[in-house]
Amino acid sequence: MARKLPPKDVVIIGLGWTGSILGYELAKAGLDVVAIERGPWRDTATDFPPAYAQDELRYAVRLDLFLRPDQETLTFRNNMSQTALPIRNFVSFLPGNGVGGAGVHWNGQTWRFLPTDFRVRSHLEERYGKEALPSDMTIQDWPLAYDEIEPYYDRFEKLCGTSGKAGNIRGVKQPGGNPFEGWRSSEYPTPPLKQGLGATLFAEAARKTGHLPFPQPASNCSEAYTNPLGLKLGQCTYCGFCERFGCGNYSKASPQTCVLPALLRFPNFSAQTESEVTKINLDSTGKRATGVTYVDASGEEWEQPANIVLVCAYALFNVRLMLLSGIGKPYNGETGQGVVGRNYAYQTTSSVGVILKDKILNPFIATGAHGMIVDDFNGDNFDHAGLGFVGGGYMGMGQTNGRPITTRPVPSGTPKWGAQWKKATAETYNRAMGLSTHASSYSYKDCFLDLDPSYKDRLGRPLMRMTFDFHENELKMSAFLTERLAEIAKALDPVEMTPSPRKGPYTLNLYQTTHNTGGTVMGADPANSVLNRYCQSWDVHNVFVPGGASVFPQNHGYNPTDTVGALAYWTADAIKDRYLRNPGPLG
Amino acid sequence: MAHITSPALSRRLLLTSATAFVLVGTAVARARTLAGGLPWEPGTATPPTPVRPGPWMFFTSDEAALIEAAVDRLIPADERGPGGKDAGCAVFIDRQLAGPYGRAAGLYMKPPFMPGAATQGYQMPDAPAARYRAGLKALVEYVKATFSGKSFSELVPADQDKVLAGLETGSITLKDVKGAEFLVLLLQNTQEGFFADPIYGGNRDMSGWKLVGFPGARYDYRDWVDRHNEVYPLPPVSIMGRAEWTVKE
Repeated sequence: MARKLPPKDVVIIGLGWTGSILGYELAKAGLDVVAIERGPWRDTATDFPPAYAQDELRYAVRLDLFLRPDQETLTFRNNMSQTALPIRNFVSFLPGNGVGGAGVHWNGQTWRFLPTDFRVRSHLEERYGKEALPSDMTIQDWPLAYDEIEPYYDRFEKLCGTSGKAGNIRGVKQPGGNPFEGWRSSEYPTPPLKQGLGATLFAEAARKTGHLPFPQPASNCSEAYTNPLGLKLGQCTYCGFCERFGCGNYSKASPQTCVLPALLRFPNFSAQTESEVTKINLDSTGKRATGVTYVDASGEEWEQPANIVLVCAYALFNVRLMLLSGIGKPYNGETGQGVVGRNYAYQTTSSVGVILKDKILNPFIATGAHGMIVDDFNGDNFDHAGLGFVGGGYMGMGQTNGRPITTRPVPSGTPKWGAQWKKATAETYNRAMGLSTHASSYSYKDCFLDLDPSYKDRLGRPLMRMTFDFHENELKMSAFLTERLAEIAKALDPVEMTPSPRKGPYTLNLYQTTHNTGGTVMGADPANSVLNRYCQSWDVHNVFVPGGASVFPQNHGYNPTDTVGALAYWTADAIKDRYLRNPGPLG
Repeated sequence: MAHITSPALSRRLLLTSATAFVLVGTAVARARTLAGGLPWEPGTATPPTPVRPGPWMFFTSDEAALIEAAVDRLIPADERGPGGKDAGCAVFIDRQLAGPYGRAAGLYMKPPFMPGAATQGYQMPDAPAARYRAGLKALVEYVKATFSGKSFSELVPADQDKVLAGLETGSITLKDVKGAEFLVLLLQNTQEGFFADPIYGGNRDMSGWKLVGFPGARYDYRDWVDRHNEVYPLPPVSIMGRAEWTVKE
């Protein structure tokens, strides 16, 4: 039997980006808040100090900071005719674990979605006609407009001290920025990072071929910065240990650098770590949550009553917790009925490998999110008439590291070992770079999440099952984008160029991104969404999923974190300004 | 004041244990409650444990001789620097297999194990240590039968290469072991050892990093980020520092 704890105003499940932002906002508003995190406490000085943070084997290969599959994993299949098997070792995507969540190990690429992304179905149907979209494509408009979310993007970027150059300030185009982006209420908090030779050469080639390159928005601070919470970030040192690593230098925005020191000062906030929420409890009507049940590190079960339950785990695990708790109707991929687990989407990435002649690129001098980017082929920034697909992505040179266990390009045809391999490895390392595309993944009727019928976790609960494959629309898009990128790469006069468009089927064996989206989609209609426009459950009004990427109706051509952070602030305001005054469904 | 209501569990112990949940259930550890400020106490950092020289921890001496010979063909010595053996790749693999990696700690190892589509990832129940034990046994038998009783390390380099290439292409069949998969695993671990921080037993004298020009565990390139097309001038450094930094007694 679970032992019952004294009630709280708010219980937060998961202390990553959304949990720490909601925790701060609601504790500041005077509520009594507890956050329950299944992983360990992590902090810069103890878990990734510069004394040993730069350890490729430990962090990037053995995945020290990540979720262990024996704690929780998923099963996977490409389609409904296959039997799903457990992901025994995470490779294709890497969910985070512990305080800070994925906010610890991300690269810091901080992108806003385009204004047209927020009304993607309406926009595409207006421009190209209804028949332009495949019949099984289930994309839908977001329940909020870009103009509504803009102030919240601004707030999250100021929290992070994001480095970059605006391309559009209140409708006025800015030279040097992204000419395609939506309007911004202000310039980036810190100026762009410095660029290495690779990105500089790419930008020249892009200009030469008629494009408008700009520096990638990066939450790796280009200079010392104090955020609105009074927390100080240090200047990025271009150490090249960003993605998969914690930042030892207080330069990469994370809950640790940007929120937690201020949050833990509130006497009305506490965090419970190494404790896994197993269920959101509902009252006898099923319309109101009474709190959560969790299991601590010693295996003991506790009940934490609360007036408001905030589901702030990683996107995939938000979906599983809703399914395990019986909140919302589970989605059925055969019938298309139900909502929880519907519209799972991912990201469609591809690359063009380039080897240059007589260049010293120093690829190890890198940050997670510097680089030069071209956005001409994202979203609907270009005319799709006659192309046979919709969607798009950004492309550019944003190489994040030169860590040699994993980053060791060689010319094609090089043997995988032996004398020739060694020679080619030595001669190529410093003059090769990877260009990449990062594109949308629209949602489909047959791509979804549900509970697995066979495999269980360590606590005996069913694992979640992922059914996903790339569709023809995305593969055509990737072929098109990769060709455009190769045209720019050609202007670099490479010795060798290897375009690798995304090919199906989707495989677990290759790292692509940890941008898993959808499953608890926000929307305007309870028939095709789990949450309303305030990220509030349609069914249980005191349960919110405040902005994790599980709320995305589909995934667009940009990294998700800026939108996740913006929606966290959006939800926090909705709770503070509306829900607390009159607890109930927010109209 | 920051306070912690229960004894801090060694996170390292937790992470390296294959059965973390059972382990912490033995009342050594409790979940932590954090409130009133950032927790701080000395001695809670989790630096890596350096590999110490000494006897083999996983391999038998015969297995070790085979592995040393094999890693020296996968990465041969040449005028650019030492091969896999002198770089310590066999020591690296030995220590990895004797540790959490070898027993697939943290991976999902619950049955049923079923063969799946290639896209569904590795689905066999054997952890890396078991894969090595079986793979080496089968390889020893193959070499003995094919090369009139000789062991792999006694073969001339050209024959060693033939065996490794035969595993890679699948032209050699090992008893009860998929030779190509074993070669992929051995090659992956060899290259990990060659390029990982020397603290783990391979990449001796940072020879792997010197080969490509990677400066290692340096943490600040602000002075060099816009010095385009110029060779980075400083030698590599490990998490443990450099030999030159060690005070001679």
